[in-house]
Amino acid sequence: MTFLNNLKRSGAICGLAWRNLWRNPQRTWLTVGAMIFSNVLLVAMITLQLGMYDTMIETSLKTMSGHLQVQKKGYQDEPRMRDGFAGVARLSRELRRELGLKTISARAEGFGLASSAERSIGIRIMGVEPEAEPRVSSLPGMLGEGRWLKGMEAEEIVLGASLARNLKVSVGDVVTFLGTARDGSMAAAVVTVVGILETGIGDVDRSLAQLPLGYFQTVFGMPDQAHRLVIQLTALDQVEPARQLLRETLAQRPELAVLDWDALQPGLRQGIEADFVSAWFLYGILILLVSLSVLNTQLMSVLERTREFGVMLALGMAPGRLARLIMLESVCMVLLGLALGVLGGGLVAACLAHWGFSVPGMEEAMARFNLPGRIYPPLSLPGLMIGPLALCAGAVLASAYPALRLYWLRPLAAMRSR
Amino acid sequence: MSLLLLTKLAWRNLWRNYRRTLIMLAAIILGVWAMIMMNALMRGMVDGMLDSGLKYLPGHAQLHHPAYRDDPGVAHSLEALSAPLQEALADRDILGWSARVKVPAMISSERDSRGVVLLGVDPMQELSIGFAETDLVQGRFLESATDPSVVVGEAMLKRLETRLGRRIVLSSQTVGNEVGERGFPIVGVYRASLPSLEETLVYAGREVVQGMLGMGGAVSEVAILGPDYRRLEPWFGRVAAAVDEGMVLEGWRELDEYLALSLSIQGGAGIVLIVVIFLALSFGLVNTMAMAVFERVREMGLLLALGMPPHAMLYQVLLEALFLLLLGLLAGNLLGWLSLQPLLSGIDLSALAEAAELSGMGATLYPNLRGVDMLRATLIVIFLGLAASLIPAWRAARLDPVTSMNEY
Repeated sequence: MTFLNNLKRSGAICGLAWRNLWRNPQRTWLTVGAMIFSNVLLVAMITLQLGMYDTMIETSLKTMSGHLQVQKKGYQDEPRMRDGFAGVARLSRELRRELGLKTISARAEGFGLASSAERSIGIRIMGVEPEAEPRVSSLPGMLGEGRWLKGMEAEEIVLGASLARNLKVSVGDVVTFLGTARDGSMAAAVVTVVGILETGIGDVDRSLAQLPLGYFQTVFGMPDQAHRLVIQLTALDQVEPARQLLRETLAQRPELAVLDWDALQPGLRQGIEADFVSAWFLYGILILLVSLSVLNTQLMSVLERTREFGVMLALGMAPGRLARLIMLESVCMVLLGLALGVLGGGLVAACLAHWGFSVPGMEEAMARFNLPGRIYPPLSLPGLMIGPLALCAGAVLASAYPALRLYWLRPLAAMRSR
Repeated sequence: MSLLLLTKLAWRNLWRNYRRTLIMLAAIILGVWAMIMMNALMRGMVDGMLDSGLKYLPGHAQLHHPAYRDDPGVAHSLEALSAPLQEALADRDILGWSARVKVPAMISSERDSRGVVLLGVDPMQELSIGFAETDLVQGRFLESATDPSVVVGEAMLKRLETRLGRRIVLSSQTVGNEVGERGFPIVGVYRASLPSLEETLVYAGREVVQGMLGMGGAVSEVAILGPDYRRLEPWFGRVAAAVDEGMVLEGWRELDEYLALSLSIQGGAGIVLIVVIFLALSFGLVNTMAMAVFERVREMGLLLALGMPPHAMLYQVLLEALFLLLLGLLAGNLLGWLSLQPLLSGIDLSALAEAAELSGMGATLYPNLRGVDMLRATLIVIFLGLAASLIPAWRAARLDPVTSMNEY
């Protein structure tokens, strides 16, 4: 019974708080309006940010680095030709079995001077597995002309579009390649251009040159060796378990290191964190401004009712209950702002998710970070709620002061105030 | 009613409910402070990008063969500069210029090889457009255009596993379409703001490179440095008028679109930030002014009944808002200026080095507080603030004296 009574009583108090809120509807709406405005802004911006980060991570991991790589220790910091590791074919078979994944591919890298009939350009050249590479990288799928590599030992090459243009070659032409082999001797190759990759990523188009791994190993004198074993997973949260499993599998080969995407592309997470922190400076300011607005409104509403509160206190009402009433009013107002703000922000975010977001000139800026010019940020619960909840917390905290004032209200003086 | 009287009334009214005024003032100060801080940090960031971008571009404008930028190679070089062009380059507004060979090449040590950009320079000219002796961490810079040695970046030295005094081999395509090769001793090592630059640019004597590639007296580009990157005129026009046939002159905005974009975005983003923060403020401002009017409906009715013209009532409320805004702006600007003082010596970003590198910034961020930014924020806030206060002021002016005097 007491429970029911309590429920009834708290229902009545809620009703009271709600009605008090609308004594001055204009003031309440203006305060709620400030909250709605900020919430819509927060939801739209955070959704966009999170969407951008995801696209950033996904695209850059899918183009090249993969989620995880096995390398010889130290290769990441100082990539040297001779720091390859042996037994690649067996190792990748073993890892494919252990991880139950097909998306594992080996790569070798070297520098050399590529020459066509008319041009010579110093480039970084890569040996890749023709069959497995398309499973770990999106690049083979971006063929502009010709076809992808066929066969481990084929004397073929695919080039980035700008590089092919600079070398003045097209599909079917021959390119000679001079570099330093693993033992320091001269490595020379004559290969036919079979495909040209049009990725739209300036850096890749300018520098990409890929040979079949088997032929690369022959030319550079590194049989059954590679520099990287690239592992593509389906989601970021699988990185940790997969790394654990890899460590155990590779326990007998202490010269090898397992690197995750964060170690492979340190700029990526840093950039995201730096961007997130600087954005929160603005969000923090917005939240503080709204909190001050709520503080002002609630303080004014308490001050207006000083006489009324004086009477209630004099009649024996506990100050705590009055304070709770005030807090309840604030909470009602904040929840109203939250609901309408999330609704409005959700609509904006849904529009962004559907039609995408782009600003003029963004394409050039985004290309620098390997991003498409238009972003489609997916709707997500964190994107919808993080900002508005932080704002709620700030606003409720701000209204604590007007509520606390009731504790030092003197009934007599309060009743006499104007 | 005299303006003085209205001013006095507005000022006194402002302090009748001092709690409300102080809270609103705090909000304005906070908002203005944030506008100033964010603008200064953003400007500093773009400045950093421009500094290192223009230093290694290099210069504020460059002359090229029309096809060079698309296909940078020896085939697209500039023949010797004509006398009128040389004269134009001697312009008193031009701080320096450098005629340089700039071609893709391969560098090899006994341990490793890398693709690089080989620069054939005249050291005197190169020093006049940006390269500084203080960039060198080991050894010396080239001594003349015939100096048969190279200066490489610190990161490159590490990559090639070589050191000062050792020899490297540079190879690149010659005019005759052969591969030109030559050994050079490393006499100097430089450090750049971005490690990727250290791994790309290799400096050698211009005439040595021209000889190695069979270029005669031809160069790839002429880089020109003016006094201010924001204003290329008047020297740009004078050089453009003297340009020889088969050459194009382009300013840095065309040469590096990313930099130009960053600079233009910064201006726009600054205004957007100011407006967004202001909008969050404006609700509170309208609320405050509306409350101020609401509380005084009776006395306003009385004043109107006594013959105060409605437009004076409007001015009085607007003046009240203006005082509030001015006080907030003054304190906010002052606070922004003060809190930037300790940061002006630079904010260390080395913890974010890779991210900073990605966006082309150096490892230190120097906030740049400009009077223009403060003025812009101030004007926007005053203008929009008064516009927002028009609603409550308008309402005060339109009060009906009789009903409002009877208002409880």
